[in-house]
Amino acid sequence: MKSPLLALALIAPTALWAETDPADWDAVVEAAKGQTVYWNAWGGSTATNDFIAWVGDRVEEDFGVILEHVKLTDTADAVTRVLSERDAGKDDDGAIDMIWINGANFASMKEAGLLYGPYAESLPNWAYVDTDGKTVRTDFTVPTDGYESPWAMAQVVFMYDTADMEPVGDMAALLDWTAAHPGRFTYPQPPDFLGTTFLKQALVDLLTDPSVLQEPATDENYAEVAAPLWEWLDALTPNLWRDGTVYPQTGPAQLQLIADQEVDLAISFSPGEASTAIANGQLPDTVRTFVLDKGTIGNASFVTIPYNSGSKEGAMVVADFLMSPEAQAHAQNPDVLGYGTVLDMAKLDDAQRAAFEELDLGIATLSPAELGSVQAEPHPTWMTRIAEDWDARYGVTQ
Amino acid sequence: MVRLLVALLLIGPVAAGLVGVVLPAFGYFPSIGRTTFGFDAFRELFMWPGFVPSVRLSVTTGLGATVLAVIGASLISAALVGTTSWQRLRVMLGPFLALPHATAAFGLAFIIAPSGLIVRLLAVLFGWDRPPDLVIINDPLGHAMILGLAMKEIPFLLLMIIAALPQSDFDRRLQVSGALGYGRIAGWFLTVWPAIYGQIRLPVYLVLAYSISVVDVAIILGPTTPPPLAVAITRLMNDPDLAMRSKAAAGALVQLGLVMAAFSIWWAVERMCRAFRNGIINGGGRLPSAEVTKPFGKATAYAITAMLIMGIVIAALWSVAGFWGFPDLLPNSFTLRSWARRDALIDAGMETVLIAGAAVVAALLIALSLTYTDRKLPTWLLYAPLIVPQVTFLPGLQTLMLFAGLEAGFFPVLIVHLIFVLPYVLLTFQGASDAWDRRFAVIGAALGRSRVSIFVRLQLPMLIGPLLGALAIGFAVSVGQYLPTLLIGGGRVETLTTEAVALASGGDRRLIGVYAVAQTIAALLPFVIAALLPAIVWRNRKGMTHG
Repeated sequence: MKSPLLALALIAPTALWAETDPADWDAVVEAAKGQTVYWNAWGGSTATNDFIAWVGDRVEEDFGVILEHVKLTDTADAVTRVLSERDAGKDDDGAIDMIWINGANFASMKEAGLLYGPYAESLPNWAYVDTDGKTVRTDFTVPTDGYESPWAMAQVVFMYDTADMEPVGDMAALLDWTAAHPGRFTYPQPPDFLGTTFLKQALVDLLTDPSVLQEPATDENYAEVAAPLWEWLDALTPNLWRDGTVYPQTGPAQLQLIADQEVDLAISFSPGEASTAIANGQLPDTVRTFVLDKGTIGNASFVTIPYNSGSKEGAMVVADFLMSPEAQAHAQNPDVLGYGTVLDMAKLDDAQRAAFEELDLGIATLSPAELGSVQAEPHPTWMTRIAEDWDARYGVTQ
Repeated sequence: MVRLLVALLLIGPVAAGLVGVVLPAFGYFPSIGRTTFGFDAFRELFMWPGFVPSVRLSVTTGLGATVLAVIGASLISAALVGTTSWQRLRVMLGPFLALPHATAAFGLAFIIAPSGLIVRLLAVLFGWDRPPDLVIINDPLGHAMILGLAMKEIPFLLLMIIAALPQSDFDRRLQVSGALGYGRIAGWFLTVWPAIYGQIRLPVYLVLAYSISVVDVAIILGPTTPPPLAVAITRLMNDPDLAMRSKAAAGALVQLGLVMAAFSIWWAVERMCRAFRNGIINGGGRLPSAEVTKPFGKATAYAITAMLIMGIVIAALWSVAGFWGFPDLLPNSFTLRSWARRDALIDAGMETVLIAGAAVVAALLIALSLTYTDRKLPTWLLYAPLIVPQVTFLPGLQTLMLFAGLEAGFFPVLIVHLIFVLPYVLLTFQGASDAWDRRFAVIGAALGRSRVSIFVRLQLPMLIGPLLGALAIGFAVSVGQYLPTLLIGGGRVETLTTEAVALASGGDRRLIGVYAVAQTIAALLPFVIAALLPAIVWRNRKGMTHG
């Protein structure tokens, strides 16, 4: 169905190898010195921007790599950029050296042969990564095959104002709550990734057996599988904030809505986001988080390197630094980001482990045990279809 | 020679961009293996369920904002021209014009949103602890967007009216109509306004084209279910699926068609208004009731002034706010934390000033060489890049640049900024330059001075005020550019405006406040310099200052 992309993949030149083999790490570090890495990453969150700036300071200090954060409003911008560069025959020194990516964007770049690699499992810090317990080798069911390296774990939680409500256990209970409290809940407008995540979470929770979502959606099964979601959304939409005629455009925009007392409940893909936002004065300190009884969707955030980057070594150095115990502990600090680590605590030495154990996760953050079981991301084909149908059903209100 | 180069600069990129958009729209898109012409892209676009409402929205918001802006500007000028309030308003106009659209839009949102200043005042009064669940910002019919656009376009039209006033002979016309028994407002609309409107027609069409195609204001204040067409095109341009590019290109052409259609609607409205006016004149009625609009014109001027200034004040407050919940009128605590993220702010600020400075210097050189050689560019040429929607030709230009192997970055962005800066500089400067009394040159020549000497010692010093004013506007235009910087800069050129709009998606009001304040400073500083410099340079020569 994505025939243009497939066509691209077929006519694509065979993947170019970097000047330096990732396995020869000393040579990579040597070549990286003085390179400028343009990291294209979503720029809508203050905390993330600050974290990336910190990474920039650290890699310049240790490796002489200059990191520039290109702030995106949508990761797809970067994908488009690489595609157009290849159309124009710009096969080296493209504008983008590294992308914060996952899900459908990764799937389409990998399919079109736009990525450099495999490199991820040659990085020295890969040794610490929790390859058994965390979904770091598949991305929305698509195998990563070393074309992207993980740097943070995310899991859906719901942020709620304890002054206004109690946690709800499942999507049916959420619907009942909105019926009793109309106008007090909304979600980011798809195709924003948190908006589509909310739809996925709803579908996973509503299905008795969500395992069907692990296989690509087909013309035969799509309508039947998605039906409970539409039925549920039809009932939910009139109860939404602004009667569902206006939606917040991104996840963080919901924080402002809670602070403004516009809504009482919002979805987040980062268990530590609420604590960080309270510390930043963006949320009232009465906000806490909860997960659903059956668990919530989780996935990993990755970075990837376009095939035509002119600073692949520099990008690999940054990707490796992101997986270092130092960067991981910094990212997990709720005063910084509050992102979950991709590392396996058992693989760290005592000093490294202590840096994680000392962290106070923050008043609104659930412990790993409280976060409960992680549900798998559906195959990206489900989301593509659901986002399109959402637009037709709820994206046009007049 | 200069004229030819400037004409190329203004027309070349627009023409190239149009080619880059027409080909994919009609199916020629070799990069995804499509080389046969056809209408598939248009068919796909028309199948989008949001297409019809989206197009309708573009037209209604664009026409609505223009109607509101023209009515507002005419009422204000009718009520105030010649009064002391007019003098006060005149001083504010430059800075108001300079304020980037995005900044003004944020300011408006801070005030009128259900959790904004007005509702907070009511909430404190009535003891509400929750804002009402009312659709005010991003309303599906685009009323907030119309208001935001009109608020920014009225100062622009007023500035154009000021330029047109000297030729309108307004005081004598008002005297005559007054002697014939017409009140001030009726006399203004029946005798002065037609002369002025004739001169501000092009700017009005410019406002119309801009309002129909605007992206940044629409993102901040406009509807989302669906958004206006220009926003939808920008989204399609950003879709990872390359096939969407031809759909975006088709949308860009539809956008151009919308502008043309709106122009014809406006043209028809103009004719109807003229017929209506002639009917009134022939009927001989003195319309005493028209005078009731006088306070209304004045109130509009005050309301806009208050909104723009309050918007900036609230943005500044947010930039230093700790937790600031509803319905508190002030933050619980103050912190400089948002300002402490200096690196990104300073980088973006430097880039902004560098691009705007370079564009203004280039515009200055062009303006001076045109003045020196006593040549003018045809007005339509100056308006061409402003009237073709940015969202129509910039995507095409971006694609062509890539094919030509041109690096995205500082210089392409500079050139594209110049396309928009130059017309504003020349349009504002040419009036003053034309009005310069040539008899000074004749006297200078009679006294044996060379052309160069006359230019440097007489003409330039006398025109320095208007010249600096024009450059200040040019600077502000560059500061406010969003789409050109984003698309042509390939994401590597970050200015205060691109940062601010990117942050708008995150909804962090503190950081938006920081950037809104920084944008305001960047855009206003040149006006302060332009206002102070002549006064300092000519402090001993009072006669020069009125140049």
